Amino acid sequence: MRAPTSPARAPERLTRWLVTLPPTLFLVVFFLVPAVIMAAASFRQPGEFGGLAPLAQGGLGLEAYRFVFEDVIYAWILAKSFAVAGLTTALCLLLAYPLALLIARSPRRRRNLLVLLVILPFASNLLIRVYAWIIILGPLNLLYSPVAVIAGMVYVHLPFMILPLYTNLEKHDPALLEAAQDLGAGTWTRFRRVTLPLSLPGILSGSALVFIPVLGMFAIPELLGGTGDLLIGNLIKEQFLDNRDWPLGATLSLLLTVAVLAVAAITAGFARRRKEAP
Amino acid sequence: MRRIPWLWAAALAAYAFLYLPLAVVVLFSFNDSALNASWVGFTTAWYGKLLSDPAMLQAAGNSLFIAAVSSTAATVLGTMAGISMQRWRPRFLPFLVLTPVAMPEILLGVSLLLFFRQVLDLTLGLFSILIAHITFSIGFVAIIVRARLAGMDESIFEAARDLGASPWRGFVRVTLPLILPAIAAGFLMSFTLSIDDFVITFFVAGVGVTTLPLQIYSMIKVAVTPEVNAVSSLLMALTLTLIALAARFAPETLKGSR
Repeated sequence: MRAPTSPARAPERLTRWLVTLPPTLFLVVFFLVPAVIMAAASFRQPGEFGGLAPLAQGGLGLEAYRFVFEDVIYAWILAKSFAVAGLTTALCLLLAYPLALLIARSPRRRRNLLVLLVILPFASNLLIRVYAWIIILGPLNLLYSPVAVIAGMVYVHLPFMILPLYTNLEKHDPALLEAAQDLGAGTWTRFRRVTLPLSLPGILSGSALVFIPVLGMFAIPELLGGTGDLLIGNLIKEQFLDNRDWPLGATLSLLLTVAVLAVAAITAGFARRRKEAP
Repeated sequence: MRRIPWLWAAALAAYAFLYLPLAVVVLFSFNDSALNASWVGFTTAWYGKLLSDPAMLQAAGNSLFIAAVSSTAATVLGTMAGISMQRWRPRFLPFLVLTPVAMPEILLGVSLLLFFRQVLDLTLGLFSILIAHITFSIGFVAIIVRARLAGMDESIFEAARDLGASPWRGFVRVTLPLILPAIAAGFLMSFTLSIDDFVITFFVAGVGVTTLPLQIYSMIKVAVTPEVNAVSSLLMALTLTLIALAARFAPETLKGSR
C-alpha cells in the first residue's frame, strides 16, 4: 500500500489495483473456481471409493444427468422443496408485515431498538433455534412431521422478511395516507390502495431472501422432519457425505443453482417491470 | 397508531414468536432435571458439567480461534472490497462479493469441499474451515463499509489529495478514521457469523476438527439434554453481545446486510 510521496498527481491507478486485487483474487480462487469445478464435476464419473474417478479412467459423460432426469423421485423432491419454500415465504410475509408496519410507524428514536429486537434472536445459532423447536414440539407429538419443518423454516427465516419490508415501509411519505384519508378512504382502503402497492418492492426482496435459503436448507428437514420430509438440500448432503457419489451431488447442486438463479431473475424482472410502469 | 390496536397485537405476537422458543431453551438450561419437560428446580449444574467436558472445551477453543483469525482476514479483505466498490466501481468485484452472501449456504459448502478434496487434495481441518469462513464473511464486511462510505461527502478525500496527501497518507489520516466504526461493526459481524456457522463448516471440517455448532449438532442428533441448553445459552449470550456491539458501532448494520 506504500506509495511514492510525490504529491499532486497521486498514482491513483496503482492504488486502485493494490486495493481491488487482493479481495478479487481471493474470491476468484475460493468462490468462483470451486463453483466452476462443481459444474465440471457433474460430467465426471464417481470414484471407486467416493469422490471422482480419474479423468483418464472415467472420462466425461451425462450419466448423472440421465440418472436425475429418469428417476421421477428427484423431480418430486425438487417440487416439494419449492412448495415448502413457497409456503414458508407466505407465512413469513403474514407474520412479518404487521410487525414491519408497526416499527416503520413508531417514533423515529424507538425504531432502531425495535429493529434490534428483531435481529437479536436471529443472531443466535441456527441449530439453537432449531433445537428450541425440538423442545417445544416434542411433547406436543408434532416432531418429525411436515408441520415441524414448516414451523422451523418460518422461525429461522422470519427476520429476512421483516428487515427489507421495514426498510421499504419506513420510506413511505405519511402525506399520502393523510391525502387518502382526506379523500374519505377508511383504514382498510388506505392500506389496500396506498401502503400495500407501495410496499411491493419490499415484499419482493423479502420473499427472495426467504425463498432462496429455504430452497437449499438441509439442517431443518433433517432435525425436525421425518424421512418423508427430505428436500433437495438433504439429497445433496447425502451424495457428498454419505453415498459419496460426487457427480450426482454436483448435478443436484447445479439443479439447485439453476432454481435459485431462476427465482432471483423472476424477482429482478418483477422489480424492473414495476419501476418502468407509469 | 392508537387507532389500530390490532397492529400492536399482531406485532406483539410476532415478537413473542421470535423470543419464546429461545426463552424456553435458556429456562430449561437452569432446570434441575435431565428432561426438558417440566420445571423441577433451579440449578447451575449443567453449566458446571459443560465446563468439565473436554470435548466441549476443545470445540469452544477451536471456534474462538477460527472466528478470531477468519474475521481478521475477512475484515481486511472486505474493507478493501468495500472501498474499491465505492470508489472505482469495478464491474466484476460486486458479483464476487455479493453472490456468496445471497446463495444457499450448502452450495458454497459442497463446492469448497469438492475444491479442497479433489483439486488441492487437502486434508480437511482448521485451514479449510478458515478459508471457507473468510470467503463468506468478506461480503458482509464489504457491504457495511461500502454503506458507510456511500453516506459520506467525497470532497473530503479530494481535499486531502489536493493538499498533497499520498494515497496511503490520505487513507490513514482521512478515510480510516471515518470508516473505523463500520470496520469494527464488520469485524464483529464476521466474528459472529464465523462462530455461528454450521452449514458450511459441516462440509469442510472433515473428521478431525470440531467447532461449537458441530458439537451441538452431534449432541442434538443423539439426544435432547439440558447440557445442550446450557451450551446454547452461553453461545447465544456471546453472539447477542457481539451483535449489540456491532449495532452500537454502526447503526446502519441493522438496515443493510442480510
